[in-house]
Amino acid sequence: MAGFKSTENYIASRDLEVAVNAAVTLQRPLLVKGEPGTGKTVLAHEVAKALGHPLIEWHIKSTTKAQQGLYEYDAVSRLRDGQLGDPRVHDIGNYIVRGKLWDAFDSPAQSVVLIDEIDKADIEFPNDLLLELDRMQFFVYETRQTVVARQRPIVIITSNNEKELPDAFLRRCFFHYIRFPDRETMELIVQTHYPDIRQDLAREALNVFFKVRDVPGLKKKPATSELLDWLKLLMVDELSPEVLRSKDGHTVIPPLHGALLKNEQDVHLFERLAFLSRRGG
Amino acid sequence: MFAHFILALRAGGVPASITEYLALLGAMKAGVADYSVEDFYFLARAALVKDERHLDRFDRIFGESFKGLERPEGVAPQELPEEWLRKLAEKLLTPEEMAQIEALGGLEKLMDTLRQRLAEQQGRHQGGSKWIGTAGTSPFGAQGYNPEGVRIGQEEGRHGRAVKVWDRREFRDLDDSVELGTRNIKLALRRLRRFARQGAPTELDIPDTIASTARNAGHLDLKMVPERHNTIKVLLFLDIGGSMDEHVRVCEELFSAARGEFKHLEYFYFHNCPYEYLWKTNRRRRDNLVPTLEVLRTYGPDYKAIFVGDASMSPYEVSHAGGSVEHWNEEPGSAWIGRLTGHFRRSAWLNPRPPRAWAHAMSVGMIRELMEDRMFPLTLGGIDEMTRELSR
Repeated sequence: MAGFKSTENYIASRDLEVAVNAAVTLQRPLLVKGEPGTGKTVLAHEVAKALGHPLIEWHIKSTTKAQQGLYEYDAVSRLRDGQLGDPRVHDIGNYIVRGKLWDAFDSPAQSVVLIDEIDKADIEFPNDLLLELDRMQFFVYETRQTVVARQRPIVIITSNNEKELPDAFLRRCFFHYIRFPDRETMELIVQTHYPDIRQDLAREALNVFFKVRDVPGLKKKPATSELLDWLKLLMVDELSPEVLRSKDGHTVIPPLHGALLKNEQDVHLFERLAFLSRRGG
Repeated sequence: MFAHFILALRAGGVPASITEYLALLGAMKAGVADYSVEDFYFLARAALVKDERHLDRFDRIFGESFKGLERPEGVAPQELPEEWLRKLAEKLLTPEEMAQIEALGGLEKLMDTLRQRLAEQQGRHQGGSKWIGTAGTSPFGAQGYNPEGVRIGQEEGRHGRAVKVWDRREFRDLDDSVELGTRNIKLALRRLRRFARQGAPTELDIPDTIASTARNAGHLDLKMVPERHNTIKVLLFLDIGGSMDEHVRVCEELFSAARGEFKHLEYFYFHNCPYEYLWKTNRRRRDNLVPTLEVLRTYGPDYKAIFVGDASMSPYEVSHAGGSVEHWNEEPGSAWIGRLTGHFRRSAWLNPRPPRAWAHAMSVGMIRELMEDRMFPLTLGGIDEMTRELSR
């Protein structure tokens, strides 16, 4: 079976591979949760790339309606055309605007659909998509037409856990929770992203990074994406690894911490820790 | 095929359904797991668990249901793998002993000593306090934690394989029966904040107006909606002092979280059980008394009343007049609780004590009865249930 595997750009743990392959094989949606910045959205890109399918992204906002993913009826432009006497007005089909799912259903090759941050939408949103995701078909009332998927797309759904999803919806999905990568995996991830990074710099940076994550009381722990941004900054600035090494084990504020700490309370916390540790030494 | 496993999961509180079971079987048939136990574990997890809070329970039950599955046949459990023993040597033997053994010479000797030690240790573990929950005699069957954080029995497989993944139980933090930090409470209390549109339609609904005007062939058709506002009003009653002192911190966390979430939030303190007086500031509890009747008059029945307290007190404080430890109460606490819960349409009691401790105090049962079973533990799961109950 041609499955999904880690690529040179994306390190997938074995459990993630199994989950993706199960979802692909059984043609069911895969729901991915995890800390922000652990590569939930990137996963869809990588799956699409690995399987050689086109990717259709549907980013959800608080105002997104399920219907918008299927189609919308543009009444306003029909009205305008009617007032201007445009002959197009006689065919209602001219005013049906296709949504992302319609595109995916209609695509000649199998596609990968990313429904990003489904928890941002209204609480009823997942319920409104139950049938569509189950049967991969829907009905257009305006034109009395049923749209059926030519190829069942691979659906990847991400959630940040802001809202709980309905049971009926969950039952139809496979689920994977992306754990925060351990040190070894993180080293691999850094390697794949920056193959030419200096080894000692990467090592020291990871030390600092995991130390920062271990500080109790951080409002937002830095995650993989923050680490990668930070490493990039370190590389661009050509900082030497010695800067990162704390003298005699004291807490220091990491250089360019703006990439790691995204919250002024966290920066304050760090300054206080650094102050205490200086005084203590 | 795995029916017993599904049943065990359901009994253990992982809500796996037939649909999910069939999905798992389908995926097995399609060869996703490929006869590897580890892959089967991953697959079963992806198919059956839909909430990270259940992952730890799943790991536990998986471990129980498929215990021994990964052990190759024909190896007697008594035979200890060499590298495992060597590891144990570093743990059990002092450097002096190591030197001694080296002086005595021979790995044989070392192994003997170790076996001896191990036998001794097992004897102790079974009856003692060092291994929690250990039952089997083989170190490989051990379940539970060694206090030092090393799971001796399962630290490494006999052929140098990695630790069994489900035994690592990495998702313990996500179990929703853990107690709360401020952030967790905020998440749960957010549920209470239900945006509801109530009252007179006062706002112009622009999208609806445009849509209906278009459908009306251009004749203006104004649509209005009621203003969106937070309708949740909450009264918090916090038990302070006495047996609650150890829970004060948790309560304060809940309190600080709750304060940011509601527009209408009033809080009152009581001691053990609410009586005819409540107070608004804990420090000056004697000169800031508010008659409970006034509270009932001031706040309408649409306020949601949340009591936070361990409900652990003398039963007389609930059931008898004059039972209060602080003053002479004309009426029993139960009358006041009845008045409060009768007045407010929605009320609940949060108990910082874990539910398994509830049975120890008679008063907890009494209050629970008075609250018509709306007592919830002060955990994320408990708050979830409470908010569901309150907003129903």
